[in-house]
Amino acid sequence: MTAGTTSPVLSARGIGKQFAGVEVLRDVDLDLMPGEIHALLGENGAGKSTFAKIVAGVHRPSRGVLTLNGQVVDVANPIIAQRLGITLIHQEPISFPDLSVAENLILGRQDGAALGAVPWRQMTRDAQGLMALLGVAIDVGRPMRGLSIADQQMVEIARALASDSRVIIMDEPTAPLTPKEVATLFTIARRLRDEGRTIVFISHRLEEVRALCDRVTIFRDGNRVATEGIADLTDADIIRLMIGRPVKEYMHKRGTEIGEVALRVSNLTRAGLFHDISFEVRKGEIVGLGGLVGAGRTDVAQAIFGIAPADSGTIEVHGKRAQIASPVDAIGLGIAFVPEDRAVAGIFRSLPTDQNITAAVPRKIAPFGMIKAGLERAMALDAVSRLRIRLASVRQPIGELSGGNQQKAILARWLLADPSILVLDEPTRGIDIGVKAEFYDMIGDLAANGRAILLISSELPELLALCDRVLVMAEGRLTANLARGVASQETIMQAAVPKGDGLARSGKAAA
Amino acid sequence: MTGWRHILLRREAGIAVMIVLFCLSVGAVKPQFLTLDSLRIILLLVPLIMIGAMGQMLVLLARHVDLSIGSMLGLTAMASGMMFRYMPEVWWPVGFLVSVGLGAVLGLFNGALVTVFRLPAIIVTLGTLNLYRGLTFIMSDAKQIDRQYVPSALKSMSVTSPIFGIPWIIFISFGVAILTYWFVMHTRIGRQIYALGSNPVAAPLRGISVTKVTLVVFAISGALSGLAGILYASRWGFVNPSNTGSGFELQVIAAVVIGGVSINGGVGTVAGTVLGVVLLGCVSAALPLLGIPGTTQSAIYGAVILLALMIDRLVRMQGMARSTRAAVP
Repeated sequence: MTAGTTSPVLSARGIGKQFAGVEVLRDVDLDLMPGEIHALLGENGAGKSTFAKIVAGVHRPSRGVLTLNGQVVDVANPIIAQRLGITLIHQEPISFPDLSVAENLILGRQDGAALGAVPWRQMTRDAQGLMALLGVAIDVGRPMRGLSIADQQMVEIARALASDSRVIIMDEPTAPLTPKEVATLFTIARRLRDEGRTIVFISHRLEEVRALCDRVTIFRDGNRVATEGIADLTDADIIRLMIGRPVKEYMHKRGTEIGEVALRVSNLTRAGLFHDISFEVRKGEIVGLGGLVGAGRTDVAQAIFGIAPADSGTIEVHGKRAQIASPVDAIGLGIAFVPEDRAVAGIFRSLPTDQNITAAVPRKIAPFGMIKAGLERAMALDAVSRLRIRLASVRQPIGELSGGNQQKAILARWLLADPSILVLDEPTRGIDIGVKAEFYDMIGDLAANGRAILLISSELPELLALCDRVLVMAEGRLTANLARGVASQETIMQAAVPKGDGLARSGKAAA
Repeated sequence: MTGWRHILLRREAGIAVMIVLFCLSVGAVKPQFLTLDSLRIILLLVPLIMIGAMGQMLVLLARHVDLSIGSMLGLTAMASGMMFRYMPEVWWPVGFLVSVGLGAVLGLFNGALVTVFRLPAIIVTLGTLNLYRGLTFIMSDAKQIDRQYVPSALKSMSVTSPIFGIPWIIFISFGVAILTYWFVMHTRIGRQIYALGSNPVAAPLRGISVTKVTLVVFAISGALSGLAGILYASRWGFVNPSNTGSGFELQVIAAVVIGGVSINGGVGTVAGTVLGVVLLGCVSAALPLLGIPGTTQSAIYGAVILLALMIDRLVRMQGMARSTRAAVP
């Protein structure tokens, strides 16, 4: 980095922000240099996203000034930001699913009269040019709906290039991506940096920050606590700065006694999604299920839970053949499923946290159909204290809690049902490092109490640290069953990468 | 052709097939259904619904709904009717200006309530449905405008024209459809309507004025209800404070939804809407011919709407299953 010899492209001085009287950002000074990739790190709620949104015009600062190339600017809204050459790329890109890719690229930089003609042809040509520039093959005439998140991000990056953005902010872009897509994204990010653009990269994954970024700024509780070259900080330093206290080794696995088979799946097949899947999970065992996004892992979990039952094959629960046609059957057999996308499939956003926690046990709280409010509250409070869920009150709508605490509440819901078999689908996605460690402890405790756990995860360190065995899927098939000790980042990835034996990998090619 | 266009094409093709199947099966029982005469009946049934459907389509595309169109039709028709009655010296085409202009104002009022007070459109327009109907009674003193007051030149627009004797109102309604097509496909604001309905959160972030787009769709819906109002006077020759336009909103919403416009915004085409209107027109024309008494007609009418929606849903679910299976090895 040549920081110091060149002048910053963007300077923040004394930036502060209050939401409804609550201070979320305090007196932040930060210089972004041209031609650097700058990481913003911090726990959820530390202020890094708020800062990024202020720079991109989504929020206006309560105090402080932004200077762009030496001139004070008022970034009042995202359109002004875009004109100034600042683009924010959201994790789940904000797009118009029913409009074409080309239209999504152009919307927002249209000038002219409302009744002015839409230049379809020129728009298509420009869009194709931008895609070629990025080196990605996306049909610009198709609608955004149905594009993978990686491709949607590419469209957003193309949009940044269309307005010749000098500052491109990526808010947790890699969380929903496969390793291969991450590699593509990084290649493009580096190229943009080498063109002299500034990339601001927000992520929870330290190894990615280390691989990609030149400098890192760490936020904690609304303050900027450090800005350093990435080489000058160890992982332990970064984590200490982020959470403000030293952490013990958070990946650990306690020895548990492994009992008889709790769940046995034989030759499970669902046309087009997964084929001939057989495995077993024993009591007290944590079995990992790794693989790339789209390999069919979630589909297998959904088949076991009866959301989308398999076409053929059998499921045995505690040695007995089980007919699971719907989640009600699965719940009756003592199976619990914590879905991947809690916002869609997990929480009742507007309902209070206590009702969310007790949602899976209506019989317990309402023995004769009448809800016993006191009992409901007591059960919820008990879960809150056991799982250390942080909230103002159990009457608080669950949508107001942080992601990690929402996830804990969902876990609490299923623990109340006292399942003997627990299927967790990406349980730690998008939650803070501090909360993650607690989660790992909880999962370990659950197994130690004799529950059988199937853990779907895309994070290899997580699989390696927690699991007794790791199964790997690729293209709908089981490609590996690795015992603890045999499993490593390399062996899992080997099995996870499609071998390209003539099967089209994704919907992109087929659609 | 992209996959997207394919699906839309299939969707519209599906409605077209339903129209053909319906007409053939009615024709098998009553051969006179498959004659030019009944085509004329159908074409005379659809213009008002067609015009209302174009406005409603725009409102639905923006993820709103306009329940007040029937009352706007009634109020605007009454305004012109009273002008014809009490100011017979005014040149009769001014009635078009009066109805369309008043409709636009009424629609703007709906849009203003939705944008300024951030109220859900379904509640706002349910309120103005009653408000505008009430105003019609107050204004007219609950009296009907009878045939003799409606200018005969206006009435003849629903009977003939110099072009093959096809009534003017048929040309007008298809003209409105063509203009709407141009508007949504080839103007910036037209595309912004799709964008707003497709993702209301993202729209302001991309510099789309949510207020402007919302006001525009409601104003157009009102103006087109006004056009339907004056054409009601032309078609039926009278304006009744309680009957005129009553239930119009339900027919129109049914036609638009059958035509494939999503209640959730962002999805829908003019071609689909036109086909939805035509299908509904065919059903309306066939019921009396089949000797179904007026008392049971509305039940059958409703059942056909539900049936069309169920068939569409099944076709779509199968299509979805096929495409996901094809997409994965």
